[in-house]
Amino acid sequence: MVSRKRSKGIRVANSERVYDVFVYIMITLLGVICLYPYLNVMAKSFSGAEEVLSGKVMGILPKGFNLEAYAMTIKSERFVRSAGNTVFITVVGTLLNVMLTYFVAYATSRKRLPGSKLIMTLYIITMMFSGGMVPTYFVIINAGLRNSLWSLILPGLVVPYNLILMRNYMAALPGELEESASIDGASQWTVMFRILLPLTLPSIATIVLFCAVSQWNSYFNALLYIDDRSKTVLQQYIRELLASVGDAEKNGGDVREMMHGMPTETVRAACVVCATLPILCLYPFLQKYYIKGMTLGAVKG
Amino acid sequence: MAKKKVLYRERTTPLWQVIMANWQIYLLLIPALVILIWFRYIPMYGIQIAFKDYNIVKGIAGSDWVGLKYFEKLLKNSMFLRALRNTLILNLYNFLFQTPMPIFFAVLIDSCKCLWYKKTIQTVSYLPHFLSWVIVGALFSNLLALDTGIVNRIVTMLGGEQRVWLSSEDCFRGIVTFADIWKSTGWGTIVYLAAMTGIDPSLYEAASIDGAGRWQRIWHVTLPGIRATIAVILIMRAGGALVNDVEMVLALYSPTVYEVGDVLGTYMYRTGIGNMKYSLTAAAGLFTSVIGMILMIGADRISNKMGERGIW
Repeated sequence: MVSRKRSKGIRVANSERVYDVFVYIMITLLGVICLYPYLNVMAKSFSGAEEVLSGKVMGILPKGFNLEAYAMTIKSERFVRSAGNTVFITVVGTLLNVMLTYFVAYATSRKRLPGSKLIMTLYIITMMFSGGMVPTYFVIINAGLRNSLWSLILPGLVVPYNLILMRNYMAALPGELEESASIDGASQWTVMFRILLPLTLPSIATIVLFCAVSQWNSYFNALLYIDDRSKTVLQQYIRELLASVGDAEKNGGDVREMMHGMPTETVRAACVVCATLPILCLYPFLQKYYIKGMTLGAVKG
Repeated sequence: MAKKKVLYRERTTPLWQVIMANWQIYLLLIPALVILIWFRYIPMYGIQIAFKDYNIVKGIAGSDWVGLKYFEKLLKNSMFLRALRNTLILNLYNFLFQTPMPIFFAVLIDSCKCLWYKKTIQTVSYLPHFLSWVIVGALFSNLLALDTGIVNRIVTMLGGEQRVWLSSEDCFRGIVTFADIWKSTGWGTIVYLAAMTGIDPSLYEAASIDGAGRWQRIWHVTLPGIRATIAVILIMRAGGALVNDVEMVLALYSPTVYEVGDVLGTYMYRTGIGNMKYSLTAAAGLFTSVIGMILMIGADRISNKMGERGIW
């Protein structure tokens, strides 16, 4: 038995090793490709404007290190204001969204509660069919939300996908805890906030992350509902910075000359870094939650 | 037992009593339901403007009915047809080139034995998923920039000429597809990796005792083990054939590439909100939503018939 195993081990070893090498090369490549575009922009943000323009910063290390681009970014009034708006819609939007999702998930996970099926159906219908861009636009404009940051918060509250995720998570919890608590005389409030809340924390963490990311990244809705320059969000601001350069490139001629008086590449790079840093600092720490939350709650409703 | 709370409906307790016993839950549901009706269901009432000559003064209800006028216009509208074609082509590209990627990398990540390295690569590969399309657009235009981008650098090193890639009609769809692959591959592996942990390890053992090498084990154990997941994801993709990420295209396109890059979402945005052709755009929206819904339900049916878990 032992000798058989060993001989097989030797025979297989070569192809095993080839495969292992292949695995390491490919996944390293995946990591590099995922990281390089971001690290290159980061390197440019810390580099001198001259070095960047003459095409010296191709790798991931800055050349002519300085923090001027960041100083300029932070001094820019529009950047600060857009960032403030983004922080507002992210914090308030995430809080409200998670709260309401929790309430609806709680109600709909109680199968014997009158109306719980109906409510779930109402949400699932909206996953398949929607009023469309123009009718929704009318409703939001008529609600007086034009140029209001609430237009980026209210309409998106309770995402059906998140609701299903959390509801399934709750439904998978053992029912005995709750039952024994209510027999002991615990009120509805106690069950909801003292007993169930700590148990659903992994799915709450998942949804906090999903909501925060989608609020932080919201762009299209802002484009639809916000045109007042003091109300724009970060993504809009960054897109404007880029578009101004893109136009210059397309009109031909010497780009360097046309970029005169426009935000330099280093400043744009610094903006990109500032606009992504909060999320990049957040997501690795929540990883174990969202993977658990996603796979437990996943698609089936 | 006399005073046990009536939290759930027994056959004998009247409905109102159950509702009263749970009043707190209903109270907390009110805000969510108001928002659901207000922002999701009232717009559905507004769809009627697709069948009307919408007039701002007369309002939605007061405008005149015109039947299918706008749908007929739409099917003759070359811009709409172009957007429809571009949407389908971009989704086909996505289906062909994007969907296999997460499967491929999930298999590789799964067979990596060094735990910390595997974890690191996983975390790194999720990064693009968390960036907005605007940022992805910024990163890609940095890579593709004249003089300062690495792509043009490589091209000139190989003896080619620099070009403005994002304004090139030949390259635009390729770039969008590549950006999409870049953004979603790492995140896409999560589902498959989860499915792989469900494969019984004794199957691998049995296979290797029977003399199966690594490739054969992947082919005969891993892939059949995640077959169900692959099927569900492929079917869902097919169901979403008319759905495009508007932001993806908005972040990368420009008027020079409308011919190949304008999709339904961006077309509706420009004609509806930009040019205020409300009825025409509502018709386009309804057309897409109805066909999209049929495709989705069809996809769900197929996946249920195949004995796999449905989407819902």
